[in-house]
Amino acid sequence: MVEYAIQSDGLSRSFGAVHAVEDVSMQIPVGTIFGFLGPNGSGKTTTIRLLLGLLEPTRGSATVLGFDSRSQASDIRQRTGALLEHPGLYERLNAQENLEFYARVWNLSPAERDTRVKELLTHMGLWDRRGDQVGNWSRGMKQKLAVARAMLHRPSLIFLDEPTAGLDPVASAALREDLSSLVTREGVTVFLTTHNLPEAESICNLVGVIRQGRLLTIDSPARIRSHGGEQKVEFVGQGFTPAVLEALRLRPEVAEIEASNGTLTLALREDRPVAPLVRLLVEGGCDIEEVRKGAASLEQAFLALMERDA
Amino acid sequence: MIADVRVMIWKEFRELRQGGGRGKYAPIILVLIYGVFFPLQAGRSWVDSYQMVGFGLGISVFMVLSVVADSIAGERERHTLETLLASRLSDRSILIGKIGAVVLYGWGLTIASLIVGLVAVNLSSGEGHLLLYPAGRAITTVVLTFLLCVLATGIGVLVSLRSSTVRQAQQVLTIGWIALIFLAVFGVQLLSPSTRLRLEHRITTAQLTTVVVVAALVLILLDVIVLALNAARFQRSRLILD
Repeated sequence: MVEYAIQSDGLSRSFGAVHAVEDVSMQIPVGTIFGFLGPNGSGKTTTIRLLLGLLEPTRGSATVLGFDSRSQASDIRQRTGALLEHPGLYERLNAQENLEFYARVWNLSPAERDTRVKELLTHMGLWDRRGDQVGNWSRGMKQKLAVARAMLHRPSLIFLDEPTAGLDPVASAALREDLSSLVTREGVTVFLTTHNLPEAESICNLVGVIRQGRLLTIDSPARIRSHGGEQKVEFVGQGFTPAVLEALRLRPEVAEIEASNGTLTLALREDRPVAPLVRLLVEGGCDIEEVRKGAASLEQAFLALMERDA
Repeated sequence: MIADVRVMIWKEFRELRQGGGRGKYAPIILVLIYGVFFPLQAGRSWVDSYQMVGFGLGISVFMVLSVVADSIAGERERHTLETLLASRLSDRSILIGKIGAVVLYGWGLTIASLIVGLVAVNLSSGEGHLLLYPAGRAITTVVLTFLLCVLATGIGVLVSLRSSTVRQAQQVLTIGWIALIFLAVFGVQLLSPSTRLRLEHRITTAQLTTVVVVAALVLILLDVIVLALNAARFQRSRLILD
């Protein structure tokens, strides 16, 4: 039993002069839901292709489920499921036929095939529509079916490349919920790329941030939040005079000040105590009714990382 | 590998059952046109002459070209190829499965058209007698149409792999096929009268078996070359980069 589902060491891939992936080293433990975050064109999809052995690295190496991506790619593909950039469904076929085809590809026995297809379609709420041509379905339904296809052969690891891209918030939430419950039930490792940072925050227990092919950080969402982003503090009250605001601006921990309609919002550079600021406001003559302290969201931390690296 | 090829053929036929992008009833319409309309026009000569051999060769290519672009270029155009490549299937199984399905489809419809044609001619011109294709001619047709289907499919695969869309691949293949027919017809006209006479003499005096065997050998050689090119071109790393 391997400890890490994915291990890469200096993994790099260039296309001519373009370095799509550069020196990516990471270790993703088995059973993790890993979120791979990065802007468009940052190298997320290329990394997945390298890990699946669909592309050969220019430099470096990767092992997936203990198999080398260069020399044992077919062993990797045998044990993984993938939902890539596009759902990859046969739109002229119906949902059941789409799953049946891949069930045959994965050598499921006829009895197992029927049971598993029914189980997944039922779980995704698609069983009643199993006979419909997939081409007539909404994008949300197609994505659900594609997730079901990726899980069909009970892989140890699944790659999901932006599974909720292009979905409305309701469909995204539904897919996320289905995905989470399925992953929990089947105990698989997930490698998920996404632009949707709240999504990564809600379902991932490990997050990597990539930009221009380079891995900027890899850590738990909580630690990335605490290191990367600004902490927000909101004061509700009255008497936020220019003199008080000026005094706040001189404080080293204060990065940004915004005052409007009896609300003062401060962005703090680090995770510092708020009490001295409250004291400063009270001593400056402000009437404070409420103080709200919020940690930086993953989105803020991500943007801070991007800014720092730019 | 054979099991994987069968799985691919299963999928391809499921898609072809939906008409391969040309409507659900396209195969039936094609068989009715080629198997009823043309034989009825020809009448009894359909079974008495070599007309049906030439016809079979012609439509076998047409049948194959009508679906090969959809099978190869279509898979990429509809973004299903990458998912397929991310599965456990080998490049070879995918390629052979696709070629196998197209050949079986094209060849099968050709043979079906010729059988329907025989029935149609019997009903219209049989005059109480059972008309049959002569055995030699029937075997020649079955063998040569099969080899030609393989060749047309192989060429179709090569063209489709270089085309960005199904439409582009279909256009190139159709134009290429028409150009080939024109070249054959007008090429003979361009020969000097003496050369043409010599050629005609050689064909008419040669034993039919010899002509068929030579044609079959040439087709086998071309099939092998084209299939080898297909195998060299149909590789994951190249397809992903395309």
